[in-house]
Formats: sequence, structure tokens, C-alpha cells
Amino acid sequence: MTTKYTKDHEWITVEGEVGTVGITAYAAEQLGDVVFVETPEPGATFSLGDDMAVVESVKAASDVYAPVSGEIVEANGALTEAPETVNADPEGAGWFCQIKLSDVSELDDLMDADAYAKHCAGEA
Amino acid sequence: MTMNNQGRPTSPTLVDNRPEGETISGSRGLLQAEPLIFETDRWNQTGVDLPEPKRTRSRLGDLRRKAEVSLPGLSEPETVRHYVRLSQRNYAIDLGFFPLGSCTMKHNPRLNERMARLPGFADIHPLQPQSTVQGALQLIDELAGWLKTLTGMPAVAMSPKAGAHGELCGMLAIRRALEVRGELATRKRVLVPASAHGTNPATAIQCGFTVDEIEAAPDGRVDMDDLRQKLAVTDDIAGIMLTNPNTCGLFERDIREIADLIHAAGGYFYCDGANFNAIVGRVRPGDLGVDAMHINLHKTFSTPHGGGGPGSGPTVLSDALAPYAPVPFVERDEDGQYQLIEDDRRESRDSFGRMVAFHGQMGMFVRALTYMLSHGADGLKRVAEDSVLNANYVQARLKAVMTPAFDGYCMHEALFSDAFVADGIETIDIAKALIDEGYHPMTMYFPLVVHGAMLVEPTETESKAELDRFCEAMAGIARRAAEGDMSLKTAPVHAPLRRLDETRAARKPILKWERPEPESEQLAAAE
Amino acid sequence: MRYLPLTEADRAEMLATIGAERVDDFFGDVPEAARLPGPIDGLPNHQGELAVERHLSNLGVRNRTANEGRFFVGCGAYKHHVPATVDHIIQRSEFLTTYTPYQPEIAQGTLHSLFEFQTQVAELTAMDVANASMYDGSTSCAEAALMACRVTRRRKVVLSGGLHPHYAAATRLLCEAQGIEVVSLPPAIDGELDLAAAVDGDTACVIGQSPNVFGTVTDLSPVADAAHAQKALLVSVFTEAVSLAMVPPPGEMGADIAAGEGQSIGNSLNFGGPYVGLFAASQKLMRQMPGRLCGETVDADGKRGFVLTLSTREQHIRRDKATSNICTNSGLCALAFTAHMTLLGGVGLKRLAELNHDAACALADALETVPGVEILTPRFFNEFAFKTPVNAEAVLAMLEERGVLGGVRASRLLPAGTMDDVIIAAATECTTPDDISAYADALKEIV
Repeated sequence: MTTKYTKDHEWITVEGEVGTVGITAYAAEQLGDVVFVETPEPGATFSLGDDMAVVESVKAASDVYAPVSGEIVEANGALTEAPETVNADPEGAGWFCQIKLSDVSELDDLMDADAYAKHCAGEA
Repeated sequence: MTMNNQGRPTSPTLVDNRPEGETISGSRGLLQAEPLIFETDRWNQTGVDLPEPKRTRSRLGDLRRKAEVSLPGLSEPETVRHYVRLSQRNYAIDLGFFPLGSCTMKHNPRLNERMARLPGFADIHPLQPQSTVQGALQLIDELAGWLKTLTGMPAVAMSPKAGAHGELCGMLAIRRALEVRGELATRKRVLVPASAHGTNPATAIQCGFTVDEIEAAPDGRVDMDDLRQKLAVTDDIAGIMLTNPNTCGLFERDIREIADLIHAAGGYFYCDGANFNAIVGRVRPGDLGVDAMHINLHKTFSTPHGGGGPGSGPTVLSDALAPYAPVPFVERDEDGQYQLIEDDRRESRDSFGRMVAFHGQMGMFVRALTYMLSHGADGLKRVAEDSVLNANYVQARLKAVMTPAFDGYCMHEALFSDAFVADGIETIDIAKALIDEGYHPMTMYFPLVVHGAMLVEPTETESKAELDRFCEAMAGIARRAAEGDMSLKTAPVHAPLRRLDETRAARKPILKWERPEPESEQLAAAE
Repeated sequence: MRYLPLTEADRAEMLATIGAERVDDFFGDVPEAARLPGPIDGLPNHQGELAVERHLSNLGVRNRTANEGRFFVGCGAYKHHVPATVDHIIQRSEFLTTYTPYQPEIAQGTLHSLFEFQTQVAELTAMDVANASMYDGSTSCAEAALMACRVTRRRKVVLSGGLHPHYAAATRLLCEAQGIEVVSLPPAIDGELDLAAAVDGDTACVIGQSPNVFGTVTDLSPVADAAHAQKALLVSVFTEAVSLAMVPPPGEMGADIAAGEGQSIGNSLNFGGPYVGLFAASQKLMRQMPGRLCGETVDADGKRGFVLTLSTREQHIRRDKATSNICTNSGLCALAFTAHMTLLGGVGLKRLAELNHDAACALADALETVPGVEILTPRFFNEFAFKTPVNAEAVLAMLEERGVLGGVRASRLLPAGTMDDVIIAAATECTTPDDISAYADALKEIV
């Protein structure tokens, strides 16, 4: 099980060929209070970088890009009723969806935790 | 994900104890408590005296609404009080200084209102025979003449209903021109600066184009290197949408070169005319290479904003785009009769079609022409000059205590960043503190290219004394913000309401009044 | 100049504070070639109130007002009586001269009235939620079509043959700009139900109107059923808001989106604008709506208040992914609507509607007695189409000579050569029995 990060502040934890995707604690903090999350439909397929989900705070709406290519196997429906979970536990219960990777090698281009921490420090 | 940190939501912490000064009635002096009309006992009543209908026969067939319209009807005195009480919870330009950048809150002359209410304008139908509305058509033609002369452009489409609708008009004209050239399929890319109003990219997308964002240079203007790079490939360029003066309150000094580059690339130059008030009477967009520009009559020409509209967005067009103007438009024939051309199906016309029912915002046309006639060519020039002078005065007086976003003179609005603000204080706190001082806040968090942006547009209708008072108040707040005075976080305290919980509103939206469940049902549900 | 408070002394002092020599310094970035040496040529200089008022009044008196009697023009804008109170309210400085309520602490007046407006529109249309207004009915209709395409992710829109042709044109324009296919059924006085057969698996929505441009009232329920069977939406359009007190409203017919014109309530004719677009939808489509929405919340003291909400749909935040590019809407016209509706209440609105229907029935009865006249609209509210024995344009011109503005010829709105002998006439509570007999008498003389 490995967790990787994108420069667009998403995380993906991969187990076997399925990755769980969400936004990072840094992103959740920057967004402020999340009020709405639109998750992708199971069965939908995305290429790397496609708009995959939407996360809205009061004053901002952000697209969540597919960190890897693949097919959605599950979405976190609980976020519809309780979007605040994204603020409370962004890298746990606030996960967005699970995606079945079509090209595992895409993970090689993502950052590990240390590199991502440096990336955030550079943005601040 | 994309990061977009404009604006800060307010999610205030609830105060437990009852605030001091609470009264039994809920009213506070001049501020009267007022419920929703649905919370009155005026159900099944009406406040209008209408004769008894005869109801002798019906020609509705058997088609009838099933559930009666269930809405309260207040008596006339109750209605008047309801709205007057509500009105006292609103800030307004008639009440005080309203330096809302980019929105141009200037004095709205009452003569304009009186003229718009003349029955000859207010009580005429858009589909009356044209012979019975010659005065109205002449007025539209006269206003069109003023707009063409002031902008140095050969044509104007009068029907757009507001600024964003004018943008749509200009971009649809560009789309039609590309279609006629046979290049619509290939020319899809529209360049839009990062500092643009949100309506620009939204409009381009609505017209089927794609948006390519141009970076801002460190001086707040278009980054010419980035522009040239974006134009390295030209055969997919549809045009550029550029605000001038731009949203940073700066004149795009390379505008002629930008126009030339876009034209050389085979594209068209759409100018967002939201800030035309800064240059009206002094600079003609037609001399800058513009192909299309909307004019917000509710900004530059002072038709009232009305709490969010109506606006009016006539759009001037260059020779290149004029043939594609939407219907309807007014023409004067040889006999001096005004004709309304409504048909876009004539073979000779390349009009892109009809944007809206009828002919545009006549009520706004009357007000705008009244305003133009009042000012005249000399007065309008002065409008631009005084608005720019006032903005530079505010910038000069505040630059010691706030951080101007860019060096040098500004045009009609002064832009500051939050660089001077201590950690923990944000632009929104400064804005809310201004409310306590009796001012409407400046525009905040726009344009996006400046961190924690504060955009102050005084307009030409403020006196020096008013600006002095504002600058003193603003400077005081700025000092508190620089010192990290956390009491700013609780502002406003003197407004009808404290900060509102926008997060709560968005998480579980309540968009209309719902009849409370009867108590018995509530009890049943509880059991 | 009366609107400019700065004196020459002020200007000099301010320039000194700034450290500039002259105002021209601020315009230094303007390219040399584009600087004007003095005031723009070809325009008059400033004038006092009296002179301006005289000029405008001279233009105004050259128009024949609806109040001058014998007035039967409708087709999307209607002559109704607006109580004096409504104009008083919208001229309150605090409503007239304020901005979009982006600072809710000092805009509760506007927000509170918008919340009431949304509730009234939702009730009138029998829909779940309504927005804070659009420009007008035609742009509401166009936005509804785009919204249906977003919701269904389909690219085809079908318009009825009774949809107001201006609405159809505005909708076609916006849709085709985005590559959406638009199918228009042929003009038909009583053809709204033909939409049911025109819907297929690619259709995003069908757009029907009741009462339609010919005045025909239709229960669109079968169209809703047909649309829903194909997972398409029904957009239900209206141009006469008063009618909804009597005829089946969009929500009762199963509409997913209601789009219409609110001018009839609270707003003058204004030669076509400004008007107020009404837009309502079912609850599940709320987040795909265009335009502003006002919602209830509390302030830091726990007191009820209202804010603009779900604004992440809108252009100022969502930019190129916004649900619409609309920004300014029809705020003050919405206030006029809600103030008039607050006076009327459901009871008053129903009575007003019945008076309109009475007048239209009386008009139809009177015109039917004219030889060669045939009422074509089978079921109507306050407007109907009728056939004249001679060309409609000629008839209307002769009526005008006799002081009667007898309606709109269908051929003004429809493709050339279509329904040349059809006039669409409206009657409202403003129409008197005298007006009606004058119309019938004049028509008898002509035909």
C-alpha cells in the first residue's frame, strides 16, 4: 500500500490495482468549509488529468482531476449528506472515490509525502 | 484540483448569550423588526380592490389550476411599511459612499427616473404599430448615435440586456464572422487575461469557444511575452477579450499592439467596456483597434443598479463585425421615418440572429440618454477626469498605510493588496470594519491576480470632503489591520446583522419559506 | 455641472496631494494617437434639467400610450394596472440605488425581499425552487434549454410550434452557439402536445408553452410523461404570469424547469424592457440553475438573515465552468413583482386572473359576431388568435386609423407568408366593455 500526491493537492492510496483518491489536508485547509462534493459515477472512466469531481466551499469551486487513468469502482456517497467530512478527515473518511488503475506506471510521476510537503512549502 | 482562494467564507462562531441592547419588540429605535410576509396573518386576504369578476363563462376548456395560489396579501399600509422597514436594512449610494470597485456606484440623477416614467416611454408596447412609437424609435436612434460617437465605432447593437449579455452579443458577432469566413471549425481559441471579469471566460464558453488564459505582467497589465507566445500558433485564434482600463484600474498601454497582433493572427478584439467610465469623452475605443465592446449603461451612464439590475449592455461593433449585428435595430428611412428592422431572414443580411424578445432595455435607454444630454460632451469628459482624479487621490492618501498593488498612477480605481495586513487578519475583516464606519466595503478578492485584493472605485460624484472622511476611516482600519488588532474579526457590530453564516446557507440550502408543520404533527413525529 | 461636486480649488489641491501637475498625467498610458485634444465633436454640451426634460418630453409625446384606450396588444407583454404603491416602493433610494447584495450585513432589505420573491415564484409556478430572476422570459427560456443539456448530458432540444417566436430565436441562438441541435416544430395554434411524439433518446428537453403565443392553454402533462419516459426534461414556458392563477402551472403538469416572463405583475410595458425573467426548477436540479439564489441562514448572534448562496455555480467564481454568464439580473423588476404580489396575495391574483379571462371572453364573443371572423384559439386565458377575411396587416392599419390598436399580426412574429390573415388579440382587466364594442364596431366597418 503506497500513498502518492499530485501537485494539484490530491492523494491516492493504492492497494493492488485500485487507488483511493481524495484531496489533501493542505487543500482542505485552503478551501475552507466544504459545502458540496460531486463525486464521479461508478463505471465512469477517466484519463490522467481529466475533471473527475468537484469540491465546493462557499467562495470557491474546484475541479478534482484524475490523478491516474482508470475506471471508477466506488464513490463516497456519504459526502453528499456530510460534505464537512472533507474538512474533518480529508485523508481518511473524506475520500472521494476509488479508481481501478489502467496504467500503474503513471504513479511513478507522482510525489511521495516528503516531496509533496516541500511542494506545499513552496506554494505558501 | 484547482486552487481558487478568492474570497473568504464567513462561518462565524455563534454567540451564546443574548447580545446587549436586545429589546422586547425586537425593534431597535429606527430599525423596526419585520417578519417575512408569510409570517403575517394575511393569508386569504388581498390589499388590492378589484371588481367582482362575472365568471359568466369560461373558454379555458376544462383546464384549471388544481391547488390555489397560496400567498398572503397585505393591505396597502402594511405593504408600504414592510418594504420601508426592509429598505432601512440596505446600504445605498443615496445614503453614503459606495466605493465598490469595478461596479461604478455613482449618483443616480432623479431626472432620469422622471423621464423613464413618462407614459410615452413607460406605457408603450413593444409590438405596437411602428407608426405609433416614432418618438421611442427616435430615442433609440439618438442614444445609438451618442454611443457610436463616444466610442468612435460605426455600429451598435442595442438589444443586449446587461453587460454579460453584451459580451455574448460581441462574441456571437465574432462567431458569425468566423462562420462567414469558413473558419468557425478551426478558430476556437479565445485569449482572456487572468485578471478578467468572470463573465469573460463564461461568455467565451457559452459561445462554443475555448479559453486560453494570458498571464499578468508584474505591472498589472497583459504580459506581452506571454501573449506573443500564445500567438505562436495563429490559425486557431478566434480573438481576445480584454478589459480596458483593466480590472486592476490600469490602462493597457500596449493596447494598440495587442489589437494589431490579434488582427494579424486573424482574430478579433473584444473589449470589455465595464470600465469605459474612466475614459469616456477622452479616448475612443474605435481608435484603439477594438472590434466589439459592450457598454454598461448602468455603470458609465448612471442608470441605477436596483439591487442587482436591471442593466443594459449596448454593444458597439467595428466595420468588420457590423454586418453580423443582431436584430432588431432601428433605421431611418428617406422620409425621416424610423423603422424597426426585426427580420433576420432577409437574404441581404448576415445578422447572427435575435438575442432576446423585443428591442432591449428601453427604460434604461431613456435614463442613459437623459444623463448624456445633461452632461453633454464637455461634461462626460469631466466625468472621466474627475473619476480618475478621485481614484488617484484615494491612492495617494492611503499609500502610506496600505499597499498599492502596482506602482504609478491608476485610472478610475485604486487597487491594494493585503501585503500590509498582519497575520490572522484578512481582507474580509477590513471590508466588514468599513461597514461599522458607515461605508459600503470596497470590492474584495478581485481581481484574482492580486493577493487579498481591495479595489476602491470612488467615481466622479464624490466630493473631496467625502473622500477625506473615507480616507481617514480607511487609514485607521488599515493601521489596526497592520497591527493585528483581532477585534476586526468581529466586525461589523453596528450593522443590522452581524456576519452571516454562509457555510450553513450553502450546506443545507433553504431557498424559500416553508409552512411550519402544525404542532400536532410535530408532536406525533416526536413520539 | 450639477452632478460633479469637485470645484476647481478641490482639483488643484488634490493634484498637489497626488504630486501630479495636471489630470492629463493620469492618461499617460493612452497611446498618443488615441488621445483626444478636447471634447468629442458632434455632440452638444451640457444642459440644465429644463432643457433636457423638454427634449425627452417631446420624444415621449410622439408615442401612443396603452392608456389612450382601445388597446389589445399582447404576445409576450401585457398591459396591466400596477398599484401606485409598487412604484413608490421601487423608488425608495435604498432599493433603487444599491448594488447586488454581496455584503449581506447591509443588504438584508434586498435579500429579505428576494427570499419572498423566490417563495412567491415557486408557489405561482408550483415548482420547488426559484432563482432571484433572469433578464426576461426569452433569456430564461434559453437558459433553461442549456441547463437541460447540462443535466441530461444530451445535445438536442425540441421547441413547440406555439413557443413565442422571439423565445425560440433566443433559445436557438444560444444552443446552436454551443453545437446543440435545435428542432422547431412548425407553427401551430394548438400543437403543444405534438412535442410528445418528437422526443427521443437523444433529447435533452422539450420546450412547450401554455398559454402559448396564440393564447392556447394546454395541459402539458402528456408531454412531461413522454419526455420522462425518455429521461428528457420538460421545460414549461409562459409569457403571461397572471394566467398561472387559473391555468395549470408548470409544476402541476410535471415540468422539470419553468421559465417565463414576470412583466405582467408589477412592471410597466416599457417598450419591451426592462422586464423580469422567472426561473424555477425541481429540487433535484437546484445546483444546476443559472443566476443568483438567495438563502436563509443566521448571523453571529444567531439571528435569522439571508445571503446569496450556492454562488459557486456563478461566473464570478466558476468562470469558464459557470452554469451561465449572467451577472446583473432584474433585481428592481423582481422587487416590483414581489411588491405587487404582496399586495395581491393568492386571492387577489386569482380575482385579477378571472377579470382578465372575463374580458377576453367578452372580446371573443364580440369579435365572433363580425362576419368572416373566426376565433382560432380553442382554449384561452386572456389572449387568442382569430382569422380575418382580409390581410391582417391591412386590418390592423385600418383599425389603428379608427383608434383601435387591435393586436399583433401573427406574420410579424412568424416566417413570411405564414398566417397572414391571423391577428392575436389580448384583453386584460384594463379593457373596458366600451373598448370591446369599439373594436367590434370598427372591425365590422372594415371587413
